[in-house]
Amino acid sequence: MRFQQKTAYDDDINLYEDRYQAFWYIALVGVAAALPFLVSSYFLGEVVNVLILAIAGMGLMVLAGHTGQASLGHAAFLACGAYMEAWLNNKGVPFLISFPVAGLFAGVVGVLIAIPALKMSGIYLAIATLAVGIVAEDVIVLLEPYTGGIGGTFVNAINLFGVEIDRYANPSAFYWLCLGVAVVVALGYANLLRSATGRAFVAIRDSEVSARAMGINIARTKMMAFFLSCFVTGLSGALMAHFLGAFNYEAFLITVSIQLLLMIVVGGMGSIHGAFFGAMVIGFLPQIITLIRQQVSMTAVPGLDTGVFAVILVAIIIIEPLGLYGQWIKTRIWWQLFPMARRDMFRRQKSYLKTERMR
Amino acid sequence: MSLLVAENLTKYFGGVRAVDDVSFEVNEGEVFTIVGPNGAGKSTIFNLISRFYDTSNGKIVMDGKDITRIRPDEVITHGIARTFQNIELFDHSTVLANLLVGRHSRRRSNILQSLLFLPSVRAEERQHRLAVEEVIEFLDLHAYRDKMIAGLPYGVRKVVEIGRALACGPKLLLLDEPASGLSVEETQDVAYWIEDMQKDMGLTILMVEHDMSLVNQVSSRVMAMADGKTIATGSPAEVQAHPKVIEAYLGIEEAA
Repeated sequence: MRFQQKTAYDDDINLYEDRYQAFWYIALVGVAAALPFLVSSYFLGEVVNVLILAIAGMGLMVLAGHTGQASLGHAAFLACGAYMEAWLNNKGVPFLISFPVAGLFAGVVGVLIAIPALKMSGIYLAIATLAVGIVAEDVIVLLEPYTGGIGGTFVNAINLFGVEIDRYANPSAFYWLCLGVAVVVALGYANLLRSATGRAFVAIRDSEVSARAMGINIARTKMMAFFLSCFVTGLSGALMAHFLGAFNYEAFLITVSIQLLLMIVVGGMGSIHGAFFGAMVIGFLPQIITLIRQQVSMTAVPGLDTGVFAVILVAIIIIEPLGLYGQWIKTRIWWQLFPMARRDMFRRQKSYLKTERMR
Repeated sequence: MSLLVAENLTKYFGGVRAVDDVSFEVNEGEVFTIVGPNGAGKSTIFNLISRFYDTSNGKIVMDGKDITRIRPDEVITHGIARTFQNIELFDHSTVLANLLVGRHSRRRSNILQSLLFLPSVRAEERQHRLAVEEVIEFLDLHAYRDKMIAGLPYGVRKVVEIGRALACGPKLLLLDEPASGLSVEETQDVAYWIEDMQKDMGLTILMVEHDMSLVNQVSSRVMAMADGKTIATGSPAEVQAHPKVIEAYLGIEEAA
């Protein structure tokens, strides 16, 4: 059993609780950085996929998990980032410029959509963003000169400081790029949460009335949340463009939006960890199911893998509304208190965030 | 000297006159209480001052500045903080985080500085924390500092709400039924805190309250309302003895 003695306000301001935790985070990043030397390039590709999903998940988490604005159309912003990156890339714009521009473009589109969305909340906002997601598919096809229409578009390898970064030719470099972006986004996100703006986001989620009374400009703060969310999702889209190499509108169907939302709910609403946990579940679980099926040498029944996947996800949500992150916290506390933990310790905390409630 | 002046305050909801031509002045350093039966328009007055509702007619002046048409989030920058009748806390945050939101109007860093968490942001966070710790000390909330609101008992939440309003260092505190749902002991605590806020912190307090023992104990002046109109203003004893107030609460005695 470990007991933390706080001795300064900085103990609450710092990103880590104590030196042990700081050590584990650094160790985790260290292992992640060394991964290309440890695993096969196939597996590395899967991890890259998870990282890109996690970045998009963090983007959606800001909005849905922390500001309480559910979005069922986030694939649209993924598409904004991906197509802008592809378009600039084909025009010969260097990655260092095209990458942030792709994010900014998605962010600006997000703010434009936020203006009417400010009047809505709960289920109505969900329906409105769903409509955005559906319309986006058609818009992509219609904007053929820029997006390549149904045929789609492709991107060239990234050239960063003279290093050719390509998913196939140079998988480690592409992996490090994605890891770097994920770490920077996660750090920025964590910084946001421990400052006034992050607290304002959470305040809007839990009680708009009193947030307003505390001097929070609701409209401006929601716009800020939409911008940051779509910006980060756009960055993820730009990386996704390079990950896919060639893609068309089918990479950004409405099911992708739903998958993103599902991901953060399963991972744990309202936590950065949740975005990563959720991305791992969405990225790895289908593969694990397939592997297990092959091990027990069952033949592929159409829909079986997806069915098992769905059942597992539903089970997670029923058992733990706060997702895998909630379970993670409980396990950690259980070990910290060992052997003093009691079974009914968390009974009172079973509650849903307002985002999922119908207001 | 009057801190808050309401002149001919009027609010219609469709055909209903929730507040009808009400004027009052809250003097600096006093505890001004509004009493009245349900539906008298007390909470509507609070919502007019907080700018949650637009006034149909009349004027609200705070510290010499007209605040009748400002945005609701600007109200706190004029030194007015409030609590809510039905607790409106941020349920999925800790007590500490709730109190820190109370400091929002005092923030100086912008979003870019926050994302990078520059040393200036850290210094600012320390200052906010120091201010919040003073509130925690005052309201005796030490034991709950890191607890989630969702798991706290009603009485404590009520106190946290007062704390959150205090955290910004207001001049005028609007308390909407601070004692509703509290036990006798808890109500007594609230009474002491109100006296301390008035005498030690020099705060002006505008309060809506039904608990007459609390009203009598802390109020400098009382205004009684019924059906959106003022019926009496004066010391607690004067107002309670006023025939119109007795009429509003108990009805008129039928002539035998």
